[in-house]
Amino acid sequence: MYEAIAFYLFSALTIGLFLITVMSKNVLYAMTSLAAGMVLISGFFFILGADFLGVVQLIVYVGAVMALYSFAMMFFDATRDIKEKNTPASLVFLLGGLSALVLVLMFAGPIHSEAIQALYPMHEGVGNAQDVGIVLFTKYLVPFEVAAVMLLVAMIAGIILAGKKMDQSLTKDTSVDDEDEILKQKDAK
Amino acid sequence: MEVVSYRNVETFVQHIPEVTALGVWIKAIIILAVISAIAGFGTYVERKVLAFMQRRLGPMHVGPYGLLQIIADGIKLFTKEDIVPQNANRFIFMVAPVITAATAFIALAAVPVFPDFTIPEWIPVIGGTFVPSIASDLNVGILFVLGMMAAGLYGPLLAGMAQANKWGIIGAARTAIQFLSYEVVTGLSILAPIMIVGSLSFVDFNAAQAGGVANWLVWKQPVAFILFLIAGFAETNRTPFDLLEHEAEVVSGYATEYSGMRWGMFFIGEYANMITISVIAAIVFLGGYSTEGLGWLWIMLKIAFFFFLMLWVRAAWPHVRPDQLMWLCWKVLMPIAVINVVITGIVMMV
Repeated sequence: MYEAIAFYLFSALTIGLFLITVMSKNVLYAMTSLAAGMVLISGFFFILGADFLGVVQLIVYVGAVMALYSFAMMFFDATRDIKEKNTPASLVFLLGGLSALVLVLMFAGPIHSEAIQALYPMHEGVGNAQDVGIVLFTKYLVPFEVAAVMLLVAMIAGIILAGKKMDQSLTKDTSVDDEDEILKQKDAK
Repeated sequence: MEVVSYRNVETFVQHIPEVTALGVWIKAIIILAVISAIAGFGTYVERKVLAFMQRRLGPMHVGPYGLLQIIADGIKLFTKEDIVPQNANRFIFMVAPVITAATAFIALAAVPVFPDFTIPEWIPVIGGTFVPSIASDLNVGILFVLGMMAAGLYGPLLAGMAQANKWGIIGAARTAIQFLSYEVVTGLSILAPIMIVGSLSFVDFNAAQAGGVANWLVWKQPVAFILFLIAGFAETNRTPFDLLEHEAEVVSGYATEYSGMRWGMFFIGEYANMITISVIAAIVFLGGYSTEGLGWLWIMLKIAFFFFLMLWVRAAWPHVRPDQLMWLCWKVLMPIAVINVVITGIVMMV
């Protein structure tokens, strides 16, 4: 009973919050509701008994991805509404139709639920994290390694992009060469 | 190094009765009530400890030794006017402190706080209910607590962005970089003990260190312990890393425009996070609790020690500059944490 209540509560809240993300003209509302929706999605994983994935959802999406979004938002005036550019009606029609089709297919999926089988079923008495690890390091080893290399590339690129001005200190006064001169200037004042 | 799996915990917890929904509810209410009270009492302890370390007396006038100062502060917090500044985003501004307090208490749901007990039969309605020591015994408890504390970042962040105040937004930006950076160190430093124990559950950690001081993980992982403590100080906004609301630079940071109980909620969340970090440090590195005899007193003492350590450090050290903070995180602590993980892995494999 608790699970059903939690599921319907979470679904209603998630849909509502993501609707706000799409509809709202205020960036602050959009970002807050997106982050809150991400938290609620981790709730679904907990209901399904996938504790590990739920926590990963929480750490990766709420703790890292959304935090980066919000960090970028620091450079805007978050309290003001933004003026949206209206997209052409034909594009809206196409995208709306496509997403409706996807929704229908998703909801029609459970009709064939008997045909769906877990390729890597959970092992009894083994934790969530171990099960994910076994699949990740056997079947999906190559994608895992590729992802690791991609992250490394992104990290090195980030360091090079940001590192061009790393020789200069942001807090040190560079208008004068050495520390003694700064002190002399202070004395003169 | 010995790799042991403590998955088979049935033998360890077999005498514990079934956990009912009512028991979890009661536990949740106990955590809320007691930790809020401790947060209030913590302010008094902090002022007294700081005062004695600085050869002062601290609060002395309200009640014996200033003990009633907590009540006076509480009355002040509750009755103060709740101000929302003019250009602020009203809704987000009002919600932000609740996020801080809520995430701090949700994190406490997965850590063992206070011993388990059964309510006596003679009490009506709730008599005979077993109240567990962990409200929600997840098998990924450590990750959950760290993730929830990471989500706590949104409190200061949204507060800073919603309040239309320059000090607020600078404070919020500092919060974002500090928490995001030091989360990396917390996660990496605690990874090495997780590798040794082979589990993410607090119960397994406790079982792995049973049997005396010699089995504590702090002896096997001293580097991880130090790194975790430093990062824990940064994540709970304690001196020497209290740059988020440093008065001399950014007035009060993200809390600049807050008053009354909304400001108080930031404060309660911060103290609850201090307790959470102390509990994690005590269980992961210092042996945790024992269910027999006075074992629970020991973990209380360990938690109290870490709490005291935070106050002690505040009295002993000045705070660092923001650029030093980032330098320390990315150029010192993170490489050490990574090397520690690699060395732990090599030692375990060989």
